[in-house]
Amino acid sequence: MHKGSFLRWSGMLALLALLLSACGGTAPATGGATAAPAAPTAASAAEPTAAVPAAATAAPAELTAAAPAAATAAPATEGNFQIPAVADGKFNVAMILLGPHDDGGWSQAHYEGLQYLEKNMPDAHVAYVENVPEGADSEQVIRSLARKGFNLIFTTSFGYMDPTAAVAEEFPDITFIHVSGYKTNNANFGNLFGAMESMKYLAGMLAGARAKQDSNPKLGYMATFPIPEELRLGNAFALGMRKTCPECTLDVRWINTWHDPVKEKEGAASLFDAGAQVVFTGADTPASADVAQEKGRWGITYDWSGSCKVERCLTAPYWNWGPIYTKIAQDVKAGTYKPGFDYFDANSGGLGLYGFMEGQTPTKGVAELPAEVLQQVKDTLAKMQKGDFTRFDVFAGPIKDNTGKEIVPAGAKLEQADLDQFDSKTGCKYCMYWWAEGINAELPKLN
Amino acid sequence: MSAQPSAPAQRALPFRVRFVPREIVPGWLPALVSLGAIVLALLIGAVILALVGGDPIAAYAQIARSSFGSVAVFSDTLVKATPLILVGLACAIAFRMRLWNIGAEGQFFLGAWGASAVVLIPLVSNTTSPWIVIPLMMVAGMAAGALWGFIPGILKARFNVNEIISTLMLNYIAIAWNNYFIFGMWSEGGFQMSKTFPKNAWLPRLADYARSVRAFSGLTTHLGLVFALVAAVVVWFILNRSRWGYEIRLIGDNPRAAQYAGIPIARHTVLVLMLSGALAGLAGMSEISGVVHRLQGQISPGYGFTGIIVAWLAKLNPFAIILVSILFGALILAGREIQPSGIPKMIQGIILVCLIASDFLLRYRVRIQRVR
Repeated sequence: MHKGSFLRWSGMLALLALLLSACGGTAPATGGATAAPAAPTAASAAEPTAAVPAAATAAPAELTAAAPAAATAAPATEGNFQIPAVADGKFNVAMILLGPHDDGGWSQAHYEGLQYLEKNMPDAHVAYVENVPEGADSEQVIRSLARKGFNLIFTTSFGYMDPTAAVAEEFPDITFIHVSGYKTNNANFGNLFGAMESMKYLAGMLAGARAKQDSNPKLGYMATFPIPEELRLGNAFALGMRKTCPECTLDVRWINTWHDPVKEKEGAASLFDAGAQVVFTGADTPASADVAQEKGRWGITYDWSGSCKVERCLTAPYWNWGPIYTKIAQDVKAGTYKPGFDYFDANSGGLGLYGFMEGQTPTKGVAELPAEVLQQVKDTLAKMQKGDFTRFDVFAGPIKDNTGKEIVPAGAKLEQADLDQFDSKTGCKYCMYWWAEGINAELPKLN
Repeated sequence: MSAQPSAPAQRALPFRVRFVPREIVPGWLPALVSLGAIVLALLIGAVILALVGGDPIAAYAQIARSSFGSVAVFSDTLVKATPLILVGLACAIAFRMRLWNIGAEGQFFLGAWGASAVVLIPLVSNTTSPWIVIPLMMVAGMAAGALWGFIPGILKARFNVNEIISTLMLNYIAIAWNNYFIFGMWSEGGFQMSKTFPKNAWLPRLADYARSVRAFSGLTTHLGLVFALVAAVVVWFILNRSRWGYEIRLIGDNPRAAQYAGIPIARHTVLVLMLSGALAGLAGMSEISGVVHRLQGQISPGYGFTGIIVAWLAKLNPFAIILVSILFGALILAGREIQPSGIPKMIQGIILVCLIASDFLLRYRVRIQRVR
């Protein structure tokens, strides 16, 4: 009798443990990410899907998935999940995302761009596939979307570049737009990116002023991978920082990931512990601000307009993909879009600096800064939005590197190839293989 | 737990459930129980799908279509099954000897690295015949994987180091080893991937013959599948028809008897772990040369670990491994078909749990007895 009951209980316990451990695999991805944006999504509760994480914040994956059933039963077109399939007679747009669609950063910015497209282009049908690893897996996902007959496919992470190119070759009638790479076939596979360096430059000005006001001229940069983009953004930030705080310095930590809530927190903590007053991030989650909150310092988040919500967040340079995607989709449908290198500046409306765009007010940490700094940032932003101050003006000489060597002489400006590439063999003159004055970091090794 | 509080609970039920160990497992039972487990898992999944406001039948139809619905998607399923078969075989041969090789993931990465080294060092040129390049990559991949099996093998044989720990830990070293090369030595322009391999290092795919056979266009099934099928036959032959296989099985079933029979257990430990590593390494080579075409991170969504489950569910039978791998390949593919991605992952998890838990029914029979 006792043996029987023991067996039954241990069986139940074992089942429970297995269930928990099986769900554990999915929990970090969804659970970790949904926990983060809880506060910001409450503000944008207009959209039913965005309101979901706020309702069931820290719950495990299956609970978060189950909760919306009651909350948003009304608009349920396909329930609260969707199967990526084409709709007949519509212009079908698909998107693949690196992280979850509600990651509170990079992927969420793209996802909201896609929703904007759906709202503003009535004859469009949209679908997405999230959590697609870069590499071999992504090629199969892209091909399966192409087979289903989507007209336009956005692939939104660097590592999707070659897979997208390969599939584009097989489906010449479908347009593929890859975000953040450096390749195109000038036919149906195009490249798309924007001058985030302009916004990082402005964020640098704010951060420098903040550090100066707090009498701690040390800042930190949580960089993802040692690629030209990350040096470009770090340098733009440092150039802005030195405008408002000439004695400020910037430490760099490589975290080697675009999206890893745990690693990002550790990286931010290590920069703060090394004395940084302000930390900005190149990765997806708002870890820089969250950790700043704990440490009583300042963080700058990235990618998504809703990412800068905690009190200790200064600002967020962010992407506003909606208008960009909608324009591309309309042009592709009309047959007027020429896939190639599409690199937009701030005058496209695709870039934002949280606290300074229409309808936003600066955060508390920014509002305390000297009025002339705020005016300087506002004026520069206005010029950027008019198109009078582009990414090339951010990188106008004279620019010195952190060894004192002059990189760009007075009167000269970097060109696109210089922004994109490390190696002069690939055709750049100045190249992006330098750290600006004030940055404490070594250059990544090249072969 | 003391007997006192549980006794009334026992009496509340008019019957008592008892589990009696089975002495004989009928041949039809494993298949029936596995099938029942999958059906149960799908039912649980259907409830969850309904709870989130979806139509479970439509969702399952979509999942089936996306893995088996056409030649093209079945080809994708086979592409996913290929590394699983090889890794499953790698685990099965080690498990047969009761050597718990948890290191197939690392051996997979090392195999990918070894195969890449042939192209990236480079040992061959762009113009070398693929008839030389491909076999060379196979040998290099298998050798690298075998080396990663040799280390825990010799540690186990010489010093009785627990191979579960050593193989598991070597996984992390293998991934870090790979990273060293993709971040440094072989990085392309600062990006964390090697350059794309020249075409002579690509395993031929069905799509490559689309010119002559139009039906093949867009099919990505590659020669690696043939490697996997051949490997399954070879492993079956070794285990069931060779003297070495007999000895492996004997060691697995009764190491004492094997020792008395004079079987060199230490030597077999090293050799079996090397063979296991070589098979996992071949999986890495086949993936890198047949699908990815370059060395980079994220070449495996945990194939090495899924292989453990595949081997186990297939009851270490090489041919069953092929079937189970196809099922798992389909599950990986179907996992993309419902967004957000948490739901299909959860269904996969439920299927796994049910399958593994159902193993209990194979070892015990359930007896329901009236009380008194």
